[in-house]
Amino acid sequence: MTATQAPAPRDPAAPALVELDGVSKYYGNIKALENVSLEVHAGEISCVLGDNGAGKSTLIKIIAGLHRHDAGTFLIEGEEITLANPRDALDRGIATVYQDLAVVPLMPVWRNFFLGSEPTKGAGPFKRLDVRRMRETTRAELLRMGIDLRDVDQPIGTLSGGERQCVAIARAVYFGAKVLVLDEPTAALGVKQSGVVLKYVAAARDAGLGVVLITHNPHHAYLVGDRFVLLKRGAMSGSHTKDGVTLDELTRQMAGGSELDELSHELERAPSPGDPGVRPEGDETP
Amino acid sequence: MTATGQPAAPPTDERLLRTSPLRKLLGRPELGSVVGAVAVFLFFALVADSFLQASSLGTVLYAASTIGIMAAPVALLMIGGEFDLSAGVMVTSSALISSMFSYQMTANVWVGVFVSLLVTLGFGAFNGFMLTRTKLPSFIITLGTFLMLTGLNLGFTKLISGTVSTKSIGNMEGFDSARKVFASYLTIGDVEFKVTILWWAALVAIATWILIRTRFGNWIFAVGGEADAARAVGVPVIRTRIGLYLGVAFAAWVSGQHLLFSYDVVQSGEGVGNELIYIIAAVIGGCLITGGYGSAIGSAVGAIIFGMTSKGIVYAEWNPDWFKYFLGAMLLLATLLNHWVRKRAEATT
Repeated sequence: MTATQAPAPRDPAAPALVELDGVSKYYGNIKALENVSLEVHAGEISCVLGDNGAGKSTLIKIIAGLHRHDAGTFLIEGEEITLANPRDALDRGIATVYQDLAVVPLMPVWRNFFLGSEPTKGAGPFKRLDVRRMRETTRAELLRMGIDLRDVDQPIGTLSGGERQCVAIARAVYFGAKVLVLDEPTAALGVKQSGVVLKYVAAARDAGLGVVLITHNPHHAYLVGDRFVLLKRGAMSGSHTKDGVTLDELTRQMAGGSELDELSHELERAPSPGDPGVRPEGDETP
Repeated sequence: MTATGQPAAPPTDERLLRTSPLRKLLGRPELGSVVGAVAVFLFFALVADSFLQASSLGTVLYAASTIGIMAAPVALLMIGGEFDLSAGVMVTSSALISSMFSYQMTANVWVGVFVSLLVTLGFGAFNGFMLTRTKLPSFIITLGTFLMLTGLNLGFTKLISGTVSTKSIGNMEGFDSARKVFASYLTIGDVEFKVTILWWAALVAIATWILIRTRFGNWIFAVGGEADAARAVGVPVIRTRIGLYLGVAFAAWVSGQHLLFSYDVVQSGEGVGNELIYIIAAVIGGCLITGGYGSAIGSAVGAIIFGMTSKGIVYAEWNPDWFKYFLGAMLLLATLLNHWVRKRAEATT
């Protein structure tokens, strides 16, 4: 356990919605994830921070049921489990919203909204989609999240990236998710759209969901997060609660801390007339 | 041609006015094929005198139905993002199995028909199972089954009957009733309509219903459009794909029984090349070759274009060698039109 600080649950009696304890995942002889611990509580946002190749995607795939963990324990509401597939995760109230995979672009918004959980009416060979309900619910649920769609029949690919994320979040909330896992929801978005998405993330939290926010942006994480887990090269390099860490400290750790100092030192010595600005990239191997 | 029959939209947003009915129409996948069908119709109406006679209608629709019966499930499969190159010879296999089983067992032909259904569904299941297990492209897997079935058709037929065609089952028990179901005529006025037209209409109606009104239809679009996203929200991707191959196999069985009961023997080398015509009909009808988009109605319009072109050339008393040229040109034009229309329709406002 490399946790620098054990996060204290708000209600010690209630088990965490999701708890990973020392979870590892190997692909052949590659350690994709080693000894990572994470807690997700209702009404809280747990942020997972890390650079490219830090193991964020692997972690998300384990929580979403796409991959099985090889070591450690995975508890959902105190019960140890191994998820069989994404359906299993969904049935246990874990909904995952992927950055690129959230929706099927050519399908209308309303078909996307209910994809995989379509309501039907009628019986036997006449069992059919309850199209009216699907359209009306989609419109109403999106409106409730503050998204006012012109036409729920438009292919979802015509929406902006932020809107697509919001539709996916609204969908998860509507289907009674207890835990919402968001994979880099703001990665491809502009400042304003990121703000919109973070607002919906906070709305989901206020609705009592536990949220796992995967990001490489400490500023976004610190805005909404309650707990922070830092990943680096597949291992956990830090774990904090909001009152145990400042934004500067988080940014510093995220950016590689001492490595960054070293890098800036090296760049300083190089007799380059270029921009001396130091960026926290390239300190990781995939 | 939309066939959506969706309930009237609930209280509409005033901004919806921006989506004009014309744009809605342009957004339909079948549009390109309907425009093409009208053009082909007008063309042959002008150049072939006998094309507009009532009796031609029955002939054209019959030619369309033999392709359309297969094109409907092939369209669904393509919307689901996969190909089936074995569909053409599977029809022949199905006819051969039915005929040879009945003949060899001296059984009622209905027994052969039933056995053929099971075995043909088995072929479909094999395609689907291989695809989902190996995760190889369906192009390769069904190319394999295409060649294997072609070989089996010829090999078994020669082994059992000594020639390339099966023995006649025309005087066997149940033949007449089976012919009624799969290959009879209905006379309306003085025009003869083959019963395959009914099978075709029923299959297109069922395929359309499945596609736009059932959960399975929603899954077909999703699996073809973005399989990973579909899987992530809990769509049973494997089950959907296998179901689609079973649909093609079922239609191959219907088509094969028609092939058998139209005569009473089956030529074992038939069917090769038809798989591409089914795909062409589906693509002319608006199916995206990459999956996720298309319609069953469109495949029917594609089949009608096929029927009109193949028979229209005969009515115009041209050399039928030109047929393939026309079919190829239609395919290119329809695909270009579809592409252009979709670009226009999806342009965000």
